[in-house]
Amino acid sequence: MAALLEVDGLKAYYGQTQALHGVSFALEQGGITTLLGANGAGKTTTLRAICNMVETQGSIRFEGKPINGRATEEVVRLGVGHVPEGRGTFTSLSVDENLRVAAYTRADKAAVARDRDMVYEYFPILKQRLAQQAGTLSGGEQQMLAISRALMLGPRLMLLDEPSFGLAPLIVQEIFRIMRRINKEARVSLLLVEQNAALALELADHAYVLETGRVVMSGKASDVKSDEAIRKSYLGY
Amino acid sequence: MEQLIEQVASGLANGAIYACLALALVMIFVSTGHINFAQGEMAMFSAYLTWQAMQWGMNFWAALAGVALASFLIGVLVERVILRPLHHAPILSVVVVFIGLLAIFHSLAGAIWGHTIKEFPSPFPHITFAGSGYIGPHQIGMVAVTLLLLVALFAFFRFTPLGLAMRAAAQNPVSARLAGVRVDWMLALGWGLAAAIGAVAGSLVAPAVYLEPNMMASILLYGFAGALVGGISSPGGAVAGGFIVGVLENLIAYGGNLLERASGVYLIGNGEKLSVALIIVITVLTLKPSGLFGHVTVKRV
Repeated sequence: MAALLEVDGLKAYYGQTQALHGVSFALEQGGITTLLGANGAGKTTTLRAICNMVETQGSIRFEGKPINGRATEEVVRLGVGHVPEGRGTFTSLSVDENLRVAAYTRADKAAVARDRDMVYEYFPILKQRLAQQAGTLSGGEQQMLAISRALMLGPRLMLLDEPSFGLAPLIVQEIFRIMRRINKEARVSLLLVEQNAALALELADHAYVLETGRVVMSGKASDVKSDEAIRKSYLGY
Repeated sequence: MEQLIEQVASGLANGAIYACLALALVMIFVSTGHINFAQGEMAMFSAYLTWQAMQWGMNFWAALAGVALASFLIGVLVERVILRPLHHAPILSVVVVFIGLLAIFHSLAGAIWGHTIKEFPSPFPHITFAGSGYIGPHQIGMVAVTLLLLVALFAFFRFTPLGLAMRAAAQNPVSARLAGVRVDWMLALGWGLAAAIGAVAGSLVAPAVYLEPNMMASILLYGFAGALVGGISSPGGAVAGGFIVGVLENLIAYGGNLLERASGVYLIGNGEKLSVALIIVITVLTLKPSGLFGHVTVKRV
């Protein structure tokens, strides 16, 4: 079976600074993959590179099609939902408007309505907050909204950048539980970047460990989790 | 008393034009963060286009509709061709381009149509009605068209998917791209809308001030004043600001005249209107930097 996303020899630059030095990995259809590593390892940059939000070289293929060099909005329109670092809330728009913008590119009204119901089922709190200005939501609610926005695109791949960041443990558990359901029920493949390696390895079936812009190891999440040497040297627990 | 009503009425009429121009400025400001100094000259150019179309025998409203559309395209073109390469340029380069645009539209109008003053007929019928001593039909027309424009824009931004996408792109371009919105086109669209609104403002004010290449110079300043007083980030605020500036400048001149008649001291009169407008701007910005109706976005992290 062809991979959903294939990244090969990916280099990324912020101006003069090179942040990725030839990262390669592949994502299977329907799986949950996590990118782990310390601060500055290049996890966020990898996600940003997939959506062409940084300058890149190398090959990125989504469903077999090369996508590097395509504008961010065109990559997104192919079916890549990106839940960005910092949640990317449209703070001055209402929750309802946030969700409507996310479905802006879709013509199929019935499918959009179905996804709306799915979002309400996953995050009932958002339904109660529809008219509220999104900037006034709590951090956890904004994270739920960010995931919901990505869902409203009707994606086949979802990139999640530290969804646990700055949230209370109970909320994080809730969000990870929903992420698993999104993967199983909505059949969206996930690529998850996390600081909290223990949590990510619990959810994921595949893991890649990055260090200073390179993949230093990869394997089944269960194998990585049980390998004490890796855990101590790269994941810090 | 009669004079006071008259002054307020004509202030509202002038305010309508300031409001239109302020609205055009806000359109570009909210999506790009730039103040387009050439907005007034672009409006003047559009007014000439309307005049030309009428010379060719078109009726005013048909001409205005056509010119608004043409101006929209000119605005989009200016953004795509001239400003697009400057997306990452420092703000000063952009300012220089705006001043360049101002000069270009100004001399282009002069070169094509000459610098002599042209008469521009009012599109509104000359009728008399109760109260027409205070306010003329053209002035009422200006106010009505401005309010109509505001309602139409409000509906567009509030109720259409495209309007929502434009607001999203203005508020958070990165997230808008991640929602599949073509942000670059939204900016161009903002320019187009601004130019079209300017076309309406220019064509409506031309019968009141006569048509000539300099007609918009001081009106643009009032437009700035209106936009800043109302809050440069809020379309409704800009319109309110335009009306406030229009009425206030007349009232201040009126007050100055009263004072002169009562005490013989000349303090302020029609000649100082423009200075007064600028003093208003500075005062408001000192006391309330986001403008009277500008909102500070609430953010929780």
